[in-house]
Amino acid sequence: MSSSDRVSVVVTGLGAITPLGGDVASTWSAMLAGTSGVRRITEDWAESLPVKIAAPAAADPVPVIGRVQARRMDRCEQLALVAAREAWADAGSPAVDPYRLGVAVTSGIGGIGSTLAAYDALREKGWDRISPYTVPMLMPNGAAGWISIELGARAGAHAPVSACASGAEAIGYGIDMIRSGRADVVVAGGTEAAIMALNIGAFAVMRAMSTRNDEPSRASRPFDKGRDGFVLGEGAGIVVLESLPHALARGAQIYAVAAGAGYSSDAHHITHPAPGGAGGAYSISSALRDAGVSPEQVVHVNAHATSTPEGDPLEARAIESALGEAAAGVVVSATKSMTGHLLGGAGAVESVAAILALRDRTAPPTINLEDLDDEVTVDVATTARPLAPRPGQGPMAVLNNAFGFGGHNVTLAFTEYAPEGA
Amino acid sequence: MTDQEILAGLAEIIDEIAGVPADEVTPDKSFVDDLDIDSLSMVEIAVAAQDKFGVEIPDEQLKDLKTVQDVINFVSKNS
Repeated sequence: MSSSDRVSVVVTGLGAITPLGGDVASTWSAMLAGTSGVRRITEDWAESLPVKIAAPAAADPVPVIGRVQARRMDRCEQLALVAAREAWADAGSPAVDPYRLGVAVTSGIGGIGSTLAAYDALREKGWDRISPYTVPMLMPNGAAGWISIELGARAGAHAPVSACASGAEAIGYGIDMIRSGRADVVVAGGTEAAIMALNIGAFAVMRAMSTRNDEPSRASRPFDKGRDGFVLGEGAGIVVLESLPHALARGAQIYAVAAGAGYSSDAHHITHPAPGGAGGAYSISSALRDAGVSPEQVVHVNAHATSTPEGDPLEARAIESALGEAAAGVVVSATKSMTGHLLGGAGAVESVAAILALRDRTAPPTINLEDLDDEVTVDVATTARPLAPRPGQGPMAVLNNAFGFGGHNVTLAFTEYAPEGA
Repeated sequence: MTDQEILAGLAEIIDEIAGVPADEVTPDKSFVDDLDIDSLSMVEIAVAAQDKFGVEIPDEQLKDLKTVQDVINFVSKNS
């Protein structure tokens, strides 16, 4: 099917709970202000680890969900449900046939806190003291299941998993559900709650994490020469995707067109990115092709840029090789400088940020970028920057990159919605 | 332990695990039909009851404990 005769998909609702705020408005205003969500970890377990900083969610999901339901849910599921409720309300709680309403919400790791708690219970107290809710709490599709129950969504609830690309991949899956005619509305996004000793130890032993323990707010510094690894964050981002005819029929607010998704797999190394950023370049090119967007329409990229020495310059090269000369007019932002790395939630929270950048025509800053890596030649915003369409190039487009261990690369393209005849 | 004490202890457990207010936990209530407690929560309630009342509730007995009164009877007979 060509891009001209398939149904357009639009974004009609946003939800988020992040290290910067308990909802979209507080997250976005903190992001534009260049606020760091990174904190010193106060739990005792951090004593024995080389990494003592993280970016916890700014709000507690438990009071929102209620104590009894919350005790049956992993924290990553709780965060996803809070963000889904916000997104659904933001979309105007659309009346939709349950068999036309889908869910695509995932996590990179799943309910790791519940897994660890259950293993402790098993060893210390015995099998019959494991919570009977352990299985639905540890499975990475748990959030999708809970959201489908909450909203009565019966068109299918899905959880594509691709490590740190998961949240973006879920949004891509949601776009496909609508294009293929399986659903009119899809609640899509990603979540993670993995600030635990095991995860920090496991990433730290890879030497992937920042150990700038004495300066938490300066630790996540994508594209900066002094970067020394990522900072683990937690939270969830959710978008409500809707077919354009469905959104128009109910007079819904439209944030943006979810114009397309591009994918690639490095087929190179299980954790190291392919040389030259080839995988990222291909996912960007694929997203543009899928969206029917030219490089000249692209004004902003919310980069995956996690603040690791190896990954950031390769992504900059990927942007340049995919966009060619048009890359010079693109404002790149690395919001992980503020939120830390939300793993499976990253692509979803950063899609929310990219969509708001499009709405407000403002790219958020990349904080802590004091000394740009010599290998990075893209234009990285260090302060909030205005965005404007290039003359004669059509509606503005923004991209969100999300790359994951395993060699998964996902790029999402969002464009400004221009009502017909406007 | 009196039936009243068992009821009060059980109501406390059910409030903690399933969020049912203590005054709704009366002897005639069915866990599934009246208190909307599913089989997973029932497992948690049984484990908590074993600890609180010092009884063993084997699985084959658990499935017969359908009402609050059934649990009171079981506990008073076996504790």
